[in-house]
Amino acid sequence: MPKLTKKIYDWFEERYGIADFKDFFAKKTVPVHKHFLWYYFGGITLFLFCVQVVTGILLLFYYKSTVAEAFESVKFIMTKVEFGWLIRSIHAWSANLMIFSAFIHLFSTFFLKSYRQPRELTWMTGVGLLGILMGLGFTGYLLPWNELSFFATKVGTQIAGSVPIVGSYLRTVLRGGEEISDATLTRFFAFHVMVLPIVIAAFLGIHLLMVQLQGMSEPLSVSRDPNKKEMKFFPNFLLRDFLVWLLVFAGLLTLSVFFPWELGKKADPFTATPVGIKPEWYFLWMFQTLKFIPAKILAFDGEVLGILGFGVAGAILLFIPFIDIWSKKEKRNPLFAVIGILAILYILFMTYQAYFGPQR
Amino acid sequence: MENRRLMQTSLRGAIATKQSFSGLLRFARNDTLFARKDTLFNVFVLVFLHLVFFLAIFPAFAFASVPQKDFCIECHKTLSEAAKEPADKIESDVHFKRGLSCVDCHGGDPTKDDFAEAKDPAKGFIGKPKRGDIPDLCGKCHADPAYMRRFNPNIQTDQLSKYNESQHGKLNAQGDQKVAVCISCHDVHGVREVGDPQAPVFITNIPKRCASCHADKEYMKDYSIPTDQMELYEQSVHGEALLKKGDRGAPACPSCHGSHDAALPRAMAVGNVCAQCHSLTRDLFAKSPHKAAHDKLGIPECEACHGNHKIMRTTDEILGTKGDGLCVKCHTVDSKGYAVATLIKTEIETLKMDIKESEGIVTNAETLGMEVSDAKFDLDQSKNSLTKSRTYVHTFSKEKVGEIVKEGMGLADKAKGQGQKAIEEFKFRRKGFAIAIFFILFLAGALYFKIRAMERD
Repeated sequence: MPKLTKKIYDWFEERYGIADFKDFFAKKTVPVHKHFLWYYFGGITLFLFCVQVVTGILLLFYYKSTVAEAFESVKFIMTKVEFGWLIRSIHAWSANLMIFSAFIHLFSTFFLKSYRQPRELTWMTGVGLLGILMGLGFTGYLLPWNELSFFATKVGTQIAGSVPIVGSYLRTVLRGGEEISDATLTRFFAFHVMVLPIVIAAFLGIHLLMVQLQGMSEPLSVSRDPNKKEMKFFPNFLLRDFLVWLLVFAGLLTLSVFFPWELGKKADPFTATPVGIKPEWYFLWMFQTLKFIPAKILAFDGEVLGILGFGVAGAILLFIPFIDIWSKKEKRNPLFAVIGILAILYILFMTYQAYFGPQR
Repeated sequence: MENRRLMQTSLRGAIATKQSFSGLLRFARNDTLFARKDTLFNVFVLVFLHLVFFLAIFPAFAFASVPQKDFCIECHKTLSEAAKEPADKIESDVHFKRGLSCVDCHGGDPTKDDFAEAKDPAKGFIGKPKRGDIPDLCGKCHADPAYMRRFNPNIQTDQLSKYNESQHGKLNAQGDQKVAVCISCHDVHGVREVGDPQAPVFITNIPKRCASCHADKEYMKDYSIPTDQMELYEQSVHGEALLKKGDRGAPACPSCHGSHDAALPRAMAVGNVCAQCHSLTRDLFAKSPHKAAHDKLGIPECEACHGNHKIMRTTDEILGTKGDGLCVKCHTVDSKGYAVATLIKTEIETLKMDIKESEGIVTNAETLGMEVSDAKFDLDQSKNSLTKSRTYVHTFSKEKVGEIVKEGMGLADKAKGQGQKAIEEFKFRRKGFAIAIFFILFLAGALYFKIRAMERD
């Protein structure tokens, strides 16, 4: 260790005992097996989240969260601010890739049963993080105040209004009144840049802390293998993570330059909802489900039942570590794999229907 | 006359009832009647009065709202085609809907089902009015403001006086039996309001109505006027707008010739006719040197270049001295006007070329995915200048046109600059992207080899 570095290290060691951290990281290992690839997706999601924070802060320098100025300020960012077009395009693309990566991370964790004891809380904070990311996507989508985002938010908050009992209250809270207005924009902005980031910081902190403390989970097949291999987290796995992040960044840059995120037309609340208004792709399967559900099922309202169904599905997802009691005993129950595959097929089918099915 | 009309309405019975009802009340309030001490007699009187009261008012109430049978309509409906037609058409008639009927124009007694009684000249029956008398007959009501107010307080009542001043009216006064009278345009028995799209005088229908006489060579042979107006109008920009596009703001025959006071516009006043819509153009023309020249030479203003019934969409081709340029109609090669016309034409063509070039560059930038809304706004503004410069041609001043052209060129150049900048920016982005990707991939490659080397060790 060079002299100066050693001096600094000693200064910290004397005060905070950082040798323990050093030892911890030196000893930390990552299991190596045929499902190793899936370990990268948590890191990719984290990397894209960091991209979001940085580009988000840069956009914050110019963005104005009022109905009169929002669209114009984003247009200003895209046309007048140096590299503003790139920052905004990266922010939009990265948001979508981050949610996509989070979905892959969730399903890979699900199929590898990494949620099993003792990582129940890691799983639950992870499910919470995905929910918050979708919340960030929903609130961020409105901020440019263009036609598509305005009406998608109108439809989205309308759906939230169908939640039993608290629905109308929830809709009013989301909209800041009866209609999508200035009040909606400012509170979506507050949620997007303050409330949700604070919550995400807490959840992410716990999530990452537990990943570090408990290490990477091994799939059931690997944990029983007597010849299992490992690699050091530092530097071997971390350098691999960096390599993947660089490649993801290259991809992100390519998308942002060749397919810049459009601004569209400024929202006009007085026009009729344009035909074919859809929410962001990650909400589409839910949106399409609600479209497919009949208006009335027996005496119940179809939409309300659909929303209750999503609530139940979300609760099952959240509490899966406690439901899958076989995994706790390190046993495999194919039922959960089947449920997972069916869920993916369902999401893919509904999303396909929303894009390419008959438009109603 | 006033009383007669009132009696003709269904209120007749109601008025009679009201009079007897008030008389009865006065009788009942007579104190002397109730001063008698004989109670039984009083009761008898009261019962009797109630009886009288009911007998008096009951029939009036019961039958007042039932309209009396109109035997004119009843009878004519049973007749053959020609005599039946008025009875069939009258139900859609605006007068009939307002409570008037056959009797109000033709006289007679519609309550009688006997032919002789109903058509008794003693009861004012006039039969079919003579064609020449029709304007006066209609005017009896339509020229009476007091009467017409009860139907519409804003209705015009000057149609008859205007008609009498019109060419039609003058010929009618001379006993011309072919000239248009009220029913020629408004129809008869099935008269509809002007705003009713089914009315023959509705704005989109009126050219056809005028043409029904004016385009009929046989009918018009006694009058020495052309019969091709409709044919020409249909080809004109105005005819296209009104008849093909249904643009109700477009002018029809009465917009220039008047309706009830229809007449040929005086040649020297034609500018005023066009100015009803093209006011700015007319103002510019009136202040131009052309105004005095036209007045002096007796050349109609707008018409001299744009024609009358066949006014075509103006193009830049009719401006100037070459090709279809109209200026050479009056200005000879060596005249000042010829030189000015050439200069104005050049100015406008230059602006057009400038806009075209800018538009190409801005479109190119947009196709490349660049945000060029500001440039497009400036481009639109420059096109506005082009339109304005075309209007200002009517000043016939190369300075004034040049000023607007300069303004338009400035905007077009600004848009061009923005478009070029956007294209440059696009190229810069591509280059920057290539460099950035090179470095990122270089770093990724280095990292890859570093990991391999590290793990080999």
